[in-house]
Amino acid sequence: MSGGSYYVPASSKWPILGSLALGAMMVGAGTVLVYGVAGTPVMVIGLVGILVVMTLWFRDVIRESRRGLYNDQMDRSFRWGMGWFIFSEVMFFAAFFGTLFYVRTFALPWLDGEGAKGVTALLWPDFTASWPLMNPPGSEIQGPKETFSPWHLPLVNTLILVSSSITLTVAHEGLKEGYRGTVRHWLTGTVLLGLVFITIQGFEYYEAYTHYGITLQAGIYGATFFLLTGFHGLHVIIGTIILIAILGRVLRGHFSANDHFGFEAAAWYWHFVDAVWIGLFLFVYVF
Amino acid sequence: MATHLPPKPAPQYSEATAGGMAGAHHDRPRGLMRWVLTTNHKEIGTLYLIFSLTMFFIGGIFAMVVRAELFQPGLQLVQPEFFNQMTTMHGLIMVFGAVMPAFVGLANWMVPLQVGAPDMALPRLNNFSFWLLPVAFTLLLATLFMPGGGPDFGWTFYAPLSTTYAPPSTTFFIFSLHLAGISSILGAINIIATILNLRAPGMRMMDMPLFVWTWLITAFLLIAVMPVLAGVITMMLLDINFGTSFFNAAGGGDPVLFQHLFWFFGHPEVYIMILPAFGIVSVIIPTFARKRLFGYASMVYATASIAILSFLVWAHHMFIVGLPLVAELFFMYTTMLIAVPTGVKVFNWIATLFQGSITFEPPMLFALAFVVLFTIGGFSGLMLAIAPADFQYHDTYFVVAHFHYVLVPGAVFAIMAGVYYWLPKWTGHYPHLRLAQWHFWLSVIGVNLTFFPMHFSGLAGMPRRIPDYALQFADFNMVTSLGAFLFGASQLLFVAVVILCIRGGEKAPAQAWEGAEDLEWTVPSPAPLHTFDTPPDFKPDQP
Repeated sequence: MSGGSYYVPASSKWPILGSLALGAMMVGAGTVLVYGVAGTPVMVIGLVGILVVMTLWFRDVIRESRRGLYNDQMDRSFRWGMGWFIFSEVMFFAAFFGTLFYVRTFALPWLDGEGAKGVTALLWPDFTASWPLMNPPGSEIQGPKETFSPWHLPLVNTLILVSSSITLTVAHEGLKEGYRGTVRHWLTGTVLLGLVFITIQGFEYYEAYTHYGITLQAGIYGATFFLLTGFHGLHVIIGTIILIAILGRVLRGHFSANDHFGFEAAAWYWHFVDAVWIGLFLFVYVF
Repeated sequence: MATHLPPKPAPQYSEATAGGMAGAHHDRPRGLMRWVLTTNHKEIGTLYLIFSLTMFFIGGIFAMVVRAELFQPGLQLVQPEFFNQMTTMHGLIMVFGAVMPAFVGLANWMVPLQVGAPDMALPRLNNFSFWLLPVAFTLLLATLFMPGGGPDFGWTFYAPLSTTYAPPSTTFFIFSLHLAGISSILGAINIIATILNLRAPGMRMMDMPLFVWTWLITAFLLIAVMPVLAGVITMMLLDINFGTSFFNAAGGGDPVLFQHLFWFFGHPEVYIMILPAFGIVSVIIPTFARKRLFGYASMVYATASIAILSFLVWAHHMFIVGLPLVAELFFMYTTMLIAVPTGVKVFNWIATLFQGSITFEPPMLFALAFVVLFTIGGFSGLMLAIAPADFQYHDTYFVVAHFHYVLVPGAVFAIMAGVYYWLPKWTGHYPHLRLAQWHFWLSVIGVNLTFFPMHFSGLAGMPRRIPDYALQFADFNMVTSLGAFLFGASQLLFVAVVILCIRGGEKAPAQAWEGAEDLEWTVPSPAPLHTFDTPPDFKPDQP
């Protein structure tokens, strides 16, 4: 738009296509879950549609940015937008951590007969509360056989993610100082650490199902374990994709020492994912 | 309507700018695609408002089915299974489809105009937020036609009713709510960014109109709690389809956990639906009392206090579920505490009216009815907050009366007040005075006939969400149903007023209401497609 100081984009087809694709994916996914595989094509079309729309939408934004259509005020809008988006993600994980704490602090002890709500103990008189819960109250639900030691793979993964936050910060400092080689190398390193984390997590899931008996169906321990680590893992995958996209932009010579919010937003996201993992490591694995 | 005067001098727009803008948009798509692809905050605001009105009528028809069935004791029109779907869908549609999008629509239209911004901060995202809604609600309404029917577990969808015993369509219901939630979060992010970043130079936070303030705080609440809703429905999805035990005690989970998570979202959600209403009323009352708002700063602080307290009161919806005594006490006292900032607001509105030169244009009529009737809903809320008393009231029609008083003559009346207030700015015409007055009085009579008797039937013990009831409740229910039909039918008048106003009517000047002071009244009526391309010079009234 001309005239004004603030860039207001002309009409765009990505929002409507994005909503339709998202709707298609959800209709397809629902059909798969309720009625079987017949919904798969719709779900796949929706998913591919979302990826295509996101790619093209971001391409438009990047082009506008490269053409210098954005000013400092626009930059601040992006910052507020990304900041509040991450806050919404924090609250999403807060619900899951709240679930974990509620179950461990209240629900299980009450089932065991503790406190004023001891009446719930009448349901399963033989039940003894413990965490990790190896013996769910209902006999029809099989608890996990064994749980992970936090000091093997989870610790390795912790070190990997913390290191990746450090390498990303080195890359960011390099960008600010104008050392493009530093940015390339340390950002590549960050992406690799992310990929290693995902691989290890995948291996751990495999172990959980085949040897440890930790499954989605294994009572509340398995449920919370996969809820927290699963959504975190999903965020690591998304974060890695974002970092790969940012790396691609770095290789094409995008970003300057003082104008690189795309890079910063990706870094914020990555640090957020890292911080969530610290919480996971402490409360899912260690304590 | 005789009271409006010619506009104040020096409107802060320039024809040259507006003309130049039109030239820059020669490639704008025309016809339907103009609306589908738009990034303009006014067009998107209009889309939100039309969507909301449509949903208001769909949800209203469901309510009419409920009231028709309850007109007399015994089962006459619908089966209990379908009745449950109607009560559930009525609640879901009205909360997520009618009230919330209406406020977002008003925010889209008015926040940029009131802060002197050229558009919303992220216009494409804005369009995305809107178009998620038709997709979400088409999916939600489609569940009614799926095998086993639509959601039938109440709008609060408590587990295990919504997990173990739910119809198969629940998975689709969850996905539709995910879409609506994404829409709300993205919309809220946009509104916050607009308010924090796009204010006219010179406009400090404490210079913002209260509608903008209340929306800023509402947007914060939305971003804080919609993800929690997304989390809890995701856990439902896993319980239903993947065999997890979050809400299943046999696996070590707890159905009460569902209620905690739901109401951690649900109580702030209640304020999400009322804070923007406070903002609208706080803008309208000073205009038609021709006085400055009494206690502007205390209004802002009261709104913020209500928002913060809203995170600490959720379990007052769960007093009879078997909470520890200390929790009952904690949530009872925090809930009562909310009466303090709310009382500050009601006091300020009345103090603004005191010694004002008041006129009773349609927006003012609705705003005044809001103050009186919302306060009734507030008082019954205070009664419900008393934990021992709530053991008697819980899940009775007294609760239904309470939340309908705060939502219908509360939120919905405020939305209508806002629509009547800003219609001249949107269309360039005043709404038809006589019709609007008929709409107002019929609505007020209808609303009170509908919901006031519910207090009595509820106190006498009539449970909510039942298709049949004991004979002793028959008279109150017949009055309620008649009131509901009257209220429902009189909303057709509202549609008539809006359509007539778009098509013509008495021309409105830029300053459509004599006492109005905010920035939106400095641009012409109807507001041109692009306003404030160059930020206006904002001069605070007080240094």
